[in-house]
Amino acid sequence: MGFEFTMDSFNKVLEDISKNFIFYAPRRIPGKGAFSDTDVVVYQEVEGFGQIELDEKSRFSPKEVINPITQTLFYFNENGYTEPETNNKGIIIFCRPCDANSFKRLDEIFLNNGPFKDSYYESLRRKVKIFVIECVQGFENCFCVSMGTNRFDDYDAFIRVAEDRITCDVKDNLLPAFVKHGISAEMRPDFISENAVKVAIPDQVNKTIFTHEMWREYSERCIACGRCTVVCPTCTCFTMQDIFYEDNHKCGERRRVWASCMIDGFTEVAGGHDFRPDKGMRMRFKAMHKIYDFRKRFGYNMCVGCGRCDDVCPEYISFSNCINKVSALSREVNG
Amino acid sequence: MDINTKQLRKNAFRVTKNRGMTALRIRVPGGNLEVKYFDVIKKVAENFGNGRVHITTRQGFEVPGIPMEKIPEVNRMIAPILDGIETAVGVEIPDLNSGYPAAGTRNVSACIGNSVCPFANLNSGEVALKIEKLIYPNDYHVKIAVTGCPNDCIKAHMQDIGIIGMALPVYDSYRCIGCGACVKNCRRVATGALSISNYKVKRDHRRCIGCGECILKCPTSAWTREDKYYRLVIMGRTGKKNPRIAQTFLEWVAEEAVMKVIANMYQYIDNHIDRSLPKEHVGYIVDRTGYPVFRQEVLLGVDLGQLGRVAESINFGGYFYERTNIFG
Ligand code: SF4
Ligand code: SF4
Ligand code: SF4
Ligand code: SF4
Ligand code: SF4
Repeated sequence: MGFEFTMDSFNKVLEDISKNFIFYAPRRIPGKGAFSDTDVVVYQEVEGFGQIELDEKSRFSPKEVINPITQTLFYFNENGYTEPETNNKGIIIFCRPCDANSFKRLDEIFLNNGPFKDSYYESLRRKVKIFVIECVQGFENCFCVSMGTNRFDDYDAFIRVAEDRITCDVKDNLLPAFVKHGISAEMRPDFISENAVKVAIPDQVNKTIFTHEMWREYSERCIACGRCTVVCPTCTCFTMQDIFYEDNHKCGERRRVWASCMIDGFTEVAGGHDFRPDKGMRMRFKAMHKIYDFRKRFGYNMCVGCGRCDDVCPEYISFSNCINKVSALSREVNG
Repeated sequence: MDINTKQLRKNAFRVTKNRGMTALRIRVPGGNLEVKYFDVIKKVAENFGNGRVHITTRQGFEVPGIPMEKIPEVNRMIAPILDGIETAVGVEIPDLNSGYPAAGTRNVSACIGNSVCPFANLNSGEVALKIEKLIYPNDYHVKIAVTGCPNDCIKAHMQDIGIIGMALPVYDSYRCIGCGACVKNCRRVATGALSISNYKVKRDHRRCIGCGECILKCPTSAWTREDKYYRLVIMGRTGKKNPRIAQTFLEWVAEEAVMKVIANMYQYIDNHIDRSLPKEHVGYIVDRTGYPVFRQEVLLGVDLGQLGRVAESINFGGYFYERTNIFG
């Protein structure tokens, strides 16, 4: 159903549903950019629509909301363990179509990638509703159209912001709040149909690509900082940490914390052997996972084309350009 | 020719080795100049000088080869520079057509700062302009420079007052993925103030120099910056007698404290300068009065804030050119 709002009336909707939901959205944090006198845009709790950053792509992705960077799984002492209590409020995430599509990828990894569902993830994921914010132009480095992630139809609400008016298409049982404060209006979601950056995804990847010398360039250029993976909405790797509290070694906690295949140590095993010491090999592993290996298993590509990896690489390594190189090579090899 | 050389010098001209010829020194506070002023400088050099400029170490321009009798005309020609650079930031120039009103306190220089440099903890040029407004015009011989981080590209350590931008890193352990990048880097390029314990990072504040490198290196923004802070290094100098690099006087203080200390220093100079000499650099005054007197007088009414610290004593050291020691 379609509705129209002013900023004020839309905020009233949010106020009404805030009894049962926490809102997360891209938010500009002044002065918290890495460089002095710069801001960072990151997913955080918001109270009103005015706090949402609409003009700049967020540096970090909304995966943080349901895949926390540091998550305590349980606390232990000599006698047993307890899991942390969870908040029972629902979660509404305001995000762009590419990011909305990323949750499906996270679901595959955490819920469908083996005999067990990840219960910690599931307990957060279950509570999520997705409010898609319409993209009209996209941002620098976006290539969602090439990935087919420019569209997202499975939203709970779709939001268009134009000249201080908010129009929504709402599908959910939250309707009463929308009915109460909005005026009913025609609303058909639109999705962008073209990005400045276009990426060709190879259908077939010949084995020779895996050992091709194209990766060598990245061995020299990449500094293994991991920025490209921590900002990626579809990277899910984590590591486990058992912590023994410093002033009482009999108590502690088990945490899981994000990890990155680009950072030193990721493939190091007991005894010191390292499966992918070379940065070019890491780049190959990451790229192929995003556009090939995941697809072999789940039938569609992992990468949603948000372009954040390109936005943040301090060495100006472009992932989209890398994929286009792989495609060109594949065409050459496959004839 | 009858020239009052004292007035000429005060007017930012120089007595040169060529009799009757002078050179004009143009101030560029913060070393940041709108290129439209190149046209004025070019006109002065072509119409009155020898068609060349010397770029000074203090980031000013020196226009040589000017006949002394042309000084009034040159002064009228540079009025737009005085107006656009000096009065624009609030410096009071008594008469825009009479040139610079003082030359003792030198151009306040600055590194390129955060308008360009990723390492910068502040906009060095803007701070330089604030200082220019505070201290110019002034006849006391003082050199000040502002640098955005402890890399000290402007060589603040060679100044009477060197201002170094600091960042206070604040840590959000939730965002830290334990990659170790900040720890390794702090050890490699800074002071080894960081260590890992229980997979998270600890910062030893007494070792930290606020360079901000950890903030730059962190992939997840676990380190971010809080308010800007400053370190003040003092009484660095070149010169014939006792060249030395500046020593740390204050650290982790706010901008207001820096400004107040600078203003107080002029009062300190006024209180102690040896008026029997043609001029006396502030560093030599400190050599005479001793650091404790300097410290006491420049800290009058200064709020050091919660983190601010003052050096208890300073050994300026430096170097005396004792030929007998070197050559026997
Ligand atoms: S690989 Fe890059 S473009 Fe693709 S989803 Fe991750 S961050 Fe976005
Ligand atoms: S962001 Fe760039 S330099 Fe850093 S790990 Fe990724 S590709 Fe390498
Ligand atoms: S001193 Fe620091 S901030 Fe200034 S230019 Fe050098 S590195 Fe950059
Ligand atoms: S600010 Fe510099 S010295 Fe302080 S912890 Fe960070 S890197 Fe180390
Ligand atoms: S660089 Fe950031 S993520 Fe890595 S150890 Fe340091 S604080 Fe943690």
